[in-house]
Amino acid sequence: MATTVPGTMPIPSRPTRNHPPGEVRTCDTTGLTVCTTADKFVRYHAVSAVVFLAVGGVGAILLALTRWPAVHLLSAEWYYRVLTLHGLNMLIFWILNFEIALLYFLPTALLGTRLYSKALAWVGLALMTVGALLVDYVILVGDADVLMTSYVPLLAHPLFYLGVIVFAVGALVGVGNFFGTLYIAKRDHTYEGSMPLVVFGATAAAIIAVVTLLHGAVTLIPTFLWSIGLMDAPDPGWYRITWWGLGHMSQQVNVCAMVGVWYFLGTLTTGAKPLSESVCRGAFVLYILFINVASAHHILVDPGVGASWKIWNTSYAMYLAVLASMIHGFTVPASVEVAMRKKGYNQGLFGWLINAPWGNPGFSGFFFSLVIFGFGGGITGVVLGTQQINIMAHNTLRIPGHFHVTVVGGTTLAFMAVTYYVVPLVFRKEFYARTLCKIQPWLFAIGITMVGIGMSFAGSYGVPRRTWDAEHAGAAFPVGIDPGAHVMLGLMGIGALIAFTALLLYVGLVVAAVFFGRSNEGTKMQAWHIERDLKESVKREFEHEAGDHHVPGTVVLVGVFLASFVVYYFANWKWLADVWWVR
Amino acid sequence: MSITTQPPGWFRAPEGAERVWIGVAFLWCMVMTVAMPYWHFYGKQNATGDSYRVTPIEFRDRVDRFIETYKIGEDKGVPLVAPPPGGDAYLQAQMWKWTPVLQLKKGQTYRLHISSMDLQHGFSLQPVNMNFQVLPGYDHILTLTPTSSGEFSIVCNEFCGIGHHLMTGRILVTE
Repeated sequence: MATTVPGTMPIPSRPTRNHPPGEVRTCDTTGLTVCTTADKFVRYHAVSAVVFLAVGGVGAILLALTRWPAVHLLSAEWYYRVLTLHGLNMLIFWILNFEIALLYFLPTALLGTRLYSKALAWVGLALMTVGALLVDYVILVGDADVLMTSYVPLLAHPLFYLGVIVFAVGALVGVGNFFGTLYIAKRDHTYEGSMPLVVFGATAAAIIAVVTLLHGAVTLIPTFLWSIGLMDAPDPGWYRITWWGLGHMSQQVNVCAMVGVWYFLGTLTTGAKPLSESVCRGAFVLYILFINVASAHHILVDPGVGASWKIWNTSYAMYLAVLASMIHGFTVPASVEVAMRKKGYNQGLFGWLINAPWGNPGFSGFFFSLVIFGFGGGITGVVLGTQQINIMAHNTLRIPGHFHVTVVGGTTLAFMAVTYYVVPLVFRKEFYARTLCKIQPWLFAIGITMVGIGMSFAGSYGVPRRTWDAEHAGAAFPVGIDPGAHVMLGLMGIGALIAFTALLLYVGLVVAAVFFGRSNEGTKMQAWHIERDLKESVKREFEHEAGDHHVPGTVVLVGVFLASFVVYYFANWKWLADVWWVR
Repeated sequence: MSITTQPPGWFRAPEGAERVWIGVAFLWCMVMTVAMPYWHFYGKQNATGDSYRVTPIEFRDRVDRFIETYKIGEDKGVPLVAPPPGGDAYLQAQMWKWTPVLQLKKGQTYRLHISSMDLQHGFSLQPVNMNFQVLPGYDHILTLTPTSSGEFSIVCNEFCGIGHHLMTGRILVTE
């Protein structure tokens, strides 16, 4: 057969195994030793994640069609209800379930160990499921129209807070199980040397997750006690700071997990290898150390905290976490470039990129995720999170414009991309309609990019976020919106239709494969793309001329990125200089 | 490979283009780090978070006294108030209105006190597009100098219940 599975790895020699009998198998595609218990929970969490993604996705399209003034679909009551539902299902239930799946999958598969505890895995799964269902129920019966942030003194039904707390405890149990797995892998010597980069990234994500979930507990337990009458209302200023310790930091868990997935898919789809392990790992360490102060990004125009606190924290302590992202933004494409050039795709600056396996949804999804997160999310995030520039952005649509290209165009797209490997390798089922699979990441990337651009620029015209009617019809003092903002909201609406179509496609393809797909047990997974034959002479020439650091294409890409960053950054300072003076 | 374990001795200092990029990125981060303190001292637009504790009842009293002292008329049933240039002005946020309508003079500076009677609100001045958070219990003080004249809208941009989109107000700026 002419096909090869890209990224088939050599079987590393491993001194010991720690799996109980009957709970281990050898992967038919990769040759890795797989813990079947971990596999089972990966499947449960992945299915659960996709269900919540579908719920949140239905919410997404209803919201977009309401914010698009030409359609204005929902009533005010249902707009805020669905907005609450959408936020929690997407940002918490979908993402965290998928992340727990990754935290069980990566160490057990790549370190050759068993899962630490089956009982803990059941407890975590049960708590997460019960918590999420409770929250969704309370929202849908109309007892928690408080949006995701539930800013006090807005008051929801006590079961709303309880549901979130139960879910968070479940997630914490899952993260604990991950650390336990790392511990027994080390104790039982299931691997030699240092853990793989991808597992290192997952560990960074898990450490941030612990800090995040503790913030959640500190915020929501007193709020819950207040809702049942046992405590006074928490201070609204204090609530915002600690809640965003949960709200923003959980997005940094997503960033970490997403970057881990980029490295993982870069290797699986092109055989990419990091240029320097120390640089990649160092960047993850910078995340752990500095990313946790980002809760300040939501407090920049608040009363109660002073300018020096805001400036220091908003810079992530001198932007060292931004530095980490910029490092990953270089090393990920550079490692793909090196791998592709070694295969002989060595023409010009971008021959490696043009000839990359764009028909492989694992590759296209990952690379679009990288580009959308970097150019869209990274640049807007830093600019909006600049203390003074935030005056022009706080609570406008620029904010959701930013996080829809980070957490949706970035994290969600990366998770979708990795699903095209998780289903054949863990569920051991093949996808149907493989052409549709190949189109899906493209469609989603186009749609979500339009959503991000539409929201960001509508927000630049001052259109608020979280408002049922940006035209304020019926208000005492009429406030219209700029015609330019109308165009941008239309762009958002059309983009949302495209992205929603791609999301439905994803859910449909995954459900069809998982429940009705052809089993590939006993054989290798069907390859997503076929490596073309290459001329040996070309290959030799490349190896002769340049080492591992010949990455002119990536240098051009990051140059364009930095130029866009600098232009957008200073343009915003210029716009700021034109508004009223304020101190 | 990013998915295989690393044998001891994997640590390597960055080299080549990667090393250069780390240096360039770090420099850019330092530029951005310096930009904010620079603007704090030399720029004209800063959110300093100047604020004091205040209960909703105390704040309402101050707003009422302020309106009584400087009221010059009404706009759509809302008191129209012209505070003295250089002095204090008050704005009360509550579900779902802003009180009063302020008439300011271009180029004059005012200490604008904003607080909420109930939930969290968002002070969003349009079409200038300046946005500040308003919390109950906090007297948030903006030392504000209008640099353009005309009719400006205040929109609430923090969710405050079902009538959130009805919560609009006015600031008039005369030459």
